[in-house]
Amino acid sequence: MGLTEFFGAVFNLDHVGKYIHWGFIQLSVSNAILIALMIVTFISALLLPFPGKRNRKEGK
Amino acid sequence: MTKKVFNPDVDAPVFKGKYAPYDIIKEGTIAVVVVALLTVVLAVLFSSPDEKAVTIKSWSNATPMDFVATAITELDGTSGTATYGPPYNNAATGQQIGPFTLAKWMGINVKVNTASDFVVAPLSTLADQPALKTALTAFTSASSTQKASWEANYSKALTTGRFSSGTLQVPATNAGPVPVMMSALTAMARSGALDQALVTAKGFYTTDYTKPLLFMADGSFLANKAQAQHLSGDQWGMMNETGSYPGQAWLWLYTMWYQVPPFSTSWGANADALVWAFMMILTLLLALMPWIPGLRSIPRKVKVYRLIWREHYKSV
Amino acid sequence: MTTEIDRQWTTRLRKTVVEKLPPEKLLPDTQPAYVASWIYVFGVTTLAALAIVIATGCVLAMKGPLWWHLSSTGHFVNSLHLWSVEIFFFAMVIHLWGKYFMAAWRGGRQLTWVTGVVLFLTSIGAGFTGYVSQTNYDSQWISTQAKDGINATGGGAFFNVLNLGQMLMWHIVLLPLAAVALTAVHVIYVRIKGVVPPFEEEK
Repeated sequence: MGLTEFFGAVFNLDHVGKYIHWGFIQLSVSNAILIALMIVTFISALLLPFPGKRNRKEGK
Repeated sequence: MTKKVFNPDVDAPVFKGKYAPYDIIKEGTIAVVVVALLTVVLAVLFSSPDEKAVTIKSWSNATPMDFVATAITELDGTSGTATYGPPYNNAATGQQIGPFTLAKWMGINVKVNTASDFVVAPLSTLADQPALKTALTAFTSASSTQKASWEANYSKALTTGRFSSGTLQVPATNAGPVPVMMSALTAMARSGALDQALVTAKGFYTTDYTKPLLFMADGSFLANKAQAQHLSGDQWGMMNETGSYPGQAWLWLYTMWYQVPPFSTSWGANADALVWAFMMILTLLLALMPWIPGLRSIPRKVKVYRLIWREHYKSV
Repeated sequence: MTTEIDRQWTTRLRKTVVEKLPPEKLLPDTQPAYVASWIYVFGVTTLAALAIVIATGCVLAMKGPLWWHLSSTGHFVNSLHLWSVEIFFFAMVIHLWGKYFMAAWRGGRQLTWVTGVVLFLTSIGAGFTGYVSQTNYDSQWISTQAKDGINATGGGAFFNVLNLGQMLMWHIVLLPLAAVALTAVHVIYVRIKGVVPPFEEEK
């Protein structure tokens, strides 16, 4: 048994997925998670303090 | 010459502030390492989908009657492919946007004649079957009226037909050579020989699966499988994937138009052409954003940039 | 007075390149102080993901289109390819949102924006041709569905999504070449013009 067989999918996604229905919108849960992650990442990128900048200022 | 007026949505102020050290190579290296590690982690955690391809063999073994019902529509010219129009044949005009029949203008470059390509030609490759040979000769030398009448009689009988113990039983009368041909084609399909015959029509080597794919798409086996997996066009299927994997989520806008009126209703017959045209316009708007008054002012007005550059604004 | 050497195509090209893109702009060691937000990392993340996509694609190419169905190592490399593509699009879309809200086309940077949008489209095409080149049920379904959209535009006469050989060539030769070339142009524009400065706030 190779390493890759051992590690092949810790989480098995090979089954019919769950779907979200909002009115005319149908979305797979995996896509919904992906899109939500994108939005969260975007907002975090805007809000989280960027390291370095402040340190440099204090150093000066 | 008058001095050009500064437009805040087009021109950028000249930056006279401080510069900070920046190591572009180090940044790039870190990015590659981080993305590589994340890729490995995701691949180990989730693997990737690989649902085996359907074959005409598997289709005709799973649902032989659906196969026969599809095959007779290929022969009598009523299947989806037979009535498609360009680029496969001239049975229809194809979709159009108002007076613009784009598909027709571009011509029939992927020629498909379902009766001969999907039925007669594959059957002709079978050797040493005298009864089939006689049937094929009778069929190909008959008038089109005669063929149509045989095919209609066979189609009618098909509703009471069944497939049991390895044989196709269709109580057809006045169907001429059609029953022999359909039985032979079904046997050929179930053995896997039809899959081969359809791709090797032009020679030994092949990389073109147009014919077997069109044939299978005319039946309901492929589509039922898709429906069960939420992959159909009316299920936003374009952005979905087999299993529970994320799919081409970036196609959300394109697939959305298919779900909403008028694309899903009164424009339905030309939905593909109209959705494409609509997406082209939207894409053009995105690409030409820097030149479109109003749209290009939104970022300045919604002030998200204040968050991005908050350190900068604090310091000035 | 210009000499014969000054008039040579080679000399003129070199002078233009060095003038427009001096080494300190191509490989800068400082950055304006306003470049201080996590939103700036998504461009380089997209680039890094592209590198991984190409590297894993090259491994798949070495063994041919059916390898990944038949070997667990092949399947793992396919998984790497898929997930690096997901990261690629993920980062690229956030990069696009960020650049929109900065109105990053300002100050003569319009072509950077346009090449970015064209790159997004090229990537969608590369992703799509990859999906239809998988040689499994997914590629069968996607190609038989997508044919209607492409045929409706007239494109089906030249671009047959049911032709595996054609799709695979687009996926592994034509579209990657276009994507890499466009990426180079996009990044060079960024280096020539620098990162867009903040809006001036009214006092």
